[in-house]
Amino acid sequence: MTSLTNTLGPLPLATSASWPARLAAPLRRAGHWAAGLLLPLALFALWQYAVDRQWLAEQILPPPSLVWQSLGELWHSGELRDHLAISLTRVGWSVLLGGGAGLALGAALGLSRSARAYLLPSFELVAQFPVVGWVPLLIVFLGIDEALKVAAISLAVLVPVTVNTHRGIAGIPRPLLDVGRVYRFTVPQTLWRVVLPAAAPSLFNGLRQGVMQAWLTLVFVELLASSEGIGYLMVWGRQLLQLDLVVVAMLAIGAVGLALDLALRWAESRLASWRRGAF
Amino acid sequence: MTTASRAFRRDYRGLVPPALLLLFWFVAGRLGWTNPTLIPPPEQVLAVAWQYLGSGELFRALAASLARDLGGFALGALAGIGLGVLLGVSRWAERLLGPTFHTLKQISLFAWIPLLSIWLGYNDVSRVVFIAVSAFYPVALATFEGVRGVTRAQFEVARVHGFTARQRLTRLILPAAAPQILTGLNLGLVYAWLATIGAEFLLPAYGDIGLGDSVIRGRAAFNVALVIFGMLAIGGVGVALNRVFRRLERHLLRWRGDHR
Repeated sequence: MTSLTNTLGPLPLATSASWPARLAAPLRRAGHWAAGLLLPLALFALWQYAVDRQWLAEQILPPPSLVWQSLGELWHSGELRDHLAISLTRVGWSVLLGGGAGLALGAALGLSRSARAYLLPSFELVAQFPVVGWVPLLIVFLGIDEALKVAAISLAVLVPVTVNTHRGIAGIPRPLLDVGRVYRFTVPQTLWRVVLPAAAPSLFNGLRQGVMQAWLTLVFVELLASSEGIGYLMVWGRQLLQLDLVVVAMLAIGAVGLALDLALRWAESRLASWRRGAF
Repeated sequence: MTTASRAFRRDYRGLVPPALLLLFWFVAGRLGWTNPTLIPPPEQVLAVAWQYLGSGELFRALAASLARDLGGFALGALAGIGLGVLLGVSRWAERLLGPTFHTLKQISLFAWIPLLSIWLGYNDVSRVVFIAVSAFYPVALATFEGVRGVTRAQFEVARVHGFTARQRLTRLILPAAAPQILTGLNLGLVYAWLATIGAEFLLPAYGDIGLGDSVIRGRAAFNVALVIFGMLAIGGVGVALNRVFRRLERHLLRWRGDHR
């Protein structure tokens, strides 16, 4: 601990341009990384200690080694990958369906004044309904199979995509459209070369929010009604009172959530740099 | 004059889609296009609503759900503001806690439910804890961003005036970050209501029956009219919570003098 604080100190030597100064920045960055690891390590140590001391029953607090072992087994048997693949397929279809519908609805709201007048009040009202509230009704109409999952997740995607598409298009500055008119762009040309690039950051934002909402809703519907998928793995582990399975599923859900978030952030930054290059 | 009167006149075109939907629903039921057990006619939904209102069951369910929602929200929001301020004020706290916070945030909310159900059981405690967790993240994140937005110059002024640490918190940091904190609280409220209904579906418990419990029981009994009515009630509460919060927000931010 003391050595760590030493490396992380303000480093008075760093004022001169000697080699300690050049080392200071990477050292400090490494120190920050290490500091971020302290809390997880401490929690992990507490977990292990609690298991060693048998504070709680194994059904309530499985040892870390058991979780690790289950993770390995589920991974090598391909079971974890199968569940994840099923869940991600559901998310993929829903993002396509809900995102496509949201894009169309948002574009209509953004481009047409009468679409706005007729549809926006209803949309704004219904968008405030929590997605999980729809699920029982969807179960009545669609049963508890794939259709239910895709419909519920699509609804979750639809709302942020529509809102952001509408905002992105409504926020396009008037002069930009006037330039298009000066060039006598046709409607498809205007859409493709003016509206789409100008609204792109907002569209992307909608996609990112939509994917995150999809992942949230997926876990909900899979917990409520499913026979496969990563959420089902949790239900199963819960029913068998095998908490190690529940924790493995949580880790997988967190990892996929993190990966989706990072991938979309990366794509967003690429998009931003492309935009800067364009102007 | 004409523009002013036009601005005050309500645009009724927005009522067309719901009116069409209602009409279609009603006509379809009358003409026997639909199976009445699967899609009950509107008057049946109204009858269920009337029955629920009359017996007081609706108010009991509403009160139970709202108590859970607001209790969990208050806990989560307080913890969120606390952590957000801590992370925003202290670089060290951010380095120590930030990475863990940002990683745990990625775990989809509902994934906590099986764990909570084992640790705390199927009861109101686990439901309220879950609601608190769901309100916590957006509030903490928004508070952190708001506190980070306090400028050095503002801080220097506070120092010149010799503010104590407590004054700095209550008279500089919290007011300066108020717009972001309120945005976070609004989002937290939305998530808390989502979590309330989700928890009532996924953590069935004996005791106070909430709106979500009624709907899920209605579904089990194939009482579709009750399911439809419950869904509308759940949505209505979500809309009402938003409205009340917006009004409160405008009231609290009056001192800033800007109207959104």
